[in-house]
Amino acid sequence: MSSRTRTIPSVFSLAIWFLVWELVGRSGASSIVPPLSAVVAAGADVVRTEKFATAATISLRSFALGMGFALLVGIPIGIIMGRVKAAARILGTWVNVFVSAPISALVPILMAVIGIGETTVVVTVFLFAVFVIVLDTQVGIARADRSLVEMARSFGATRSQLYGKVLLLSAMPEILAGVRLGAIRGVKGVVIGQLLVSIIGVGELFELYSQHFLMEEFWALVIIVFLFAFAVSEAIAGLERRVEYYAAAR
Amino acid sequence: MSTPAPPIVEVVELGKTYETGVEALRGVNIAFPRAQLTTLLGPSGCGKTTLLKIIAGLLRADSGEVRVLGKRVDGPGPERAFVFQDFALLPWANVLRNVAFGLELRGVARGEREEIARARIAEVGLAGFEASYPKELSGGMRQRVGLARAFAVDADIILMDEPFSSVDEQTRRKFQEDLLGLLAHKQKTVIFVTHSIEEAVYVSDQIVLLSPRPGRVSRIVRTGIEHDRGPDEIRRDRRYLDAVDEIWQVLRAYVT
Repeated sequence: MSSRTRTIPSVFSLAIWFLVWELVGRSGASSIVPPLSAVVAAGADVVRTEKFATAATISLRSFALGMGFALLVGIPIGIIMGRVKAAARILGTWVNVFVSAPISALVPILMAVIGIGETTVVVTVFLFAVFVIVLDTQVGIARADRSLVEMARSFGATRSQLYGKVLLLSAMPEILAGVRLGAIRGVKGVVIGQLLVSIIGVGELFELYSQHFLMEEFWALVIIVFLFAFAVSEAIAGLERRVEYYAAAR
Repeated sequence: MSTPAPPIVEVVELGKTYETGVEALRGVNIAFPRAQLTTLLGPSGCGKTTLLKIIAGLLRADSGEVRVLGKRVDGPGPERAFVFQDFALLPWANVLRNVAFGLELRGVARGEREEIARARIAEVGLAGFEASYPKELSGGMRQRVGLARAFAVDADIILMDEPFSSVDEQTRRKFQEDLLGLLAHKQKTVIFVTHSIEEAVYVSDQIVLLSPRPGRVSRIVRTGIEHDRGPDEIRRDRRYLDAVDEIWQVLRAYVT
């Protein structure tokens, strides 16, 4: 019910924005802002081109690889930091520095070291996503119910059972929150990485459209990227809501 | 008067000092007779929960030892099961899985452990709630799940840490009566921690009074009350009233 009452005004406000956009576009006040209807039409054309398919494939692959590594590295490090005080002290400062640092500034260095290509974009996605995943996992593990840990030990849980059947599940709401924030940052990582590398994926298309002043296509691509980030975030948020239902009693 | 059976659990010269420097226990010696219910009773800060967790193998003693069936133990074991004050139920698992959790950890096959769990759930009066989640249950019902989980692993020794302190008074009384009913048919040795004198006298064969800071055994009271009688009969029994009075005379000195 509450989601419905929230949906109506947000759709309404979007409609007003779209109307304003359309009017500004039609008035011809700015050549950078074409009418929304033209953007949508251009978008329909863009997604059918082979260039877009190639760009989308490369971008999705970079995103998936970078996120995959971020999960594989971030969650274990977060677990260690949540369980071992010394690890939290040693790594905590670095993680906190990098989670708030503008990672985009590092991309040129990455390009110099790794080269101008897909790998750089994957590493960029990884760096954008990994630190927030580490932090949230650490919080989740550190906050895990101590008496659940004692309970599992008293019933003879092995170390792997303690992690697999109690700690990880207990920390799941925080871990998922970290994964969602990481994924949102990861989308930024793909776009920024590819823009700076500028010869592959969606970044190449952005570069192409803006250089040739194809504003309709440019805005269509912006909207597609926005929608993708939003869809990823909502999918993980949906998972979070299901997990929180069971974790609410903590 | 029931005579003490040979001890199944022995605590010998046990001492424990916390990292903070607080001495929780000093030179504690207790014998826990088989198939009887022994209560550890004392004011808060007397180390009774610490003592129980050492017996459970969840905490380490600094000196002395715990023997189960004559053997020194240093960690948790399958012959001991713990019932927690805050229930310690997995919030993401339903009643059936929670009750079967101890068996799950031991690698018992799913069909077998769920069959055992269903029987124990029925025993504690929760039949029909197998698919419910902990957050859907009242405090009293949650503790019944905790109790069923301890029964499910079929340990000889059940360790209960203030099991009824998180539930309301009516539920608590009903629970005490039901616990005696459940134990009547089982040869379980129960070690029970409480700060309620009436609860201790009502459920116990033997009551160990602990003095605070550091916790030491100050007296051991055996009421001799037969627990197969009705609750009202027990509560009106001369021996029940005398024991409550005797314990209060000891404990009031510790209350500042």
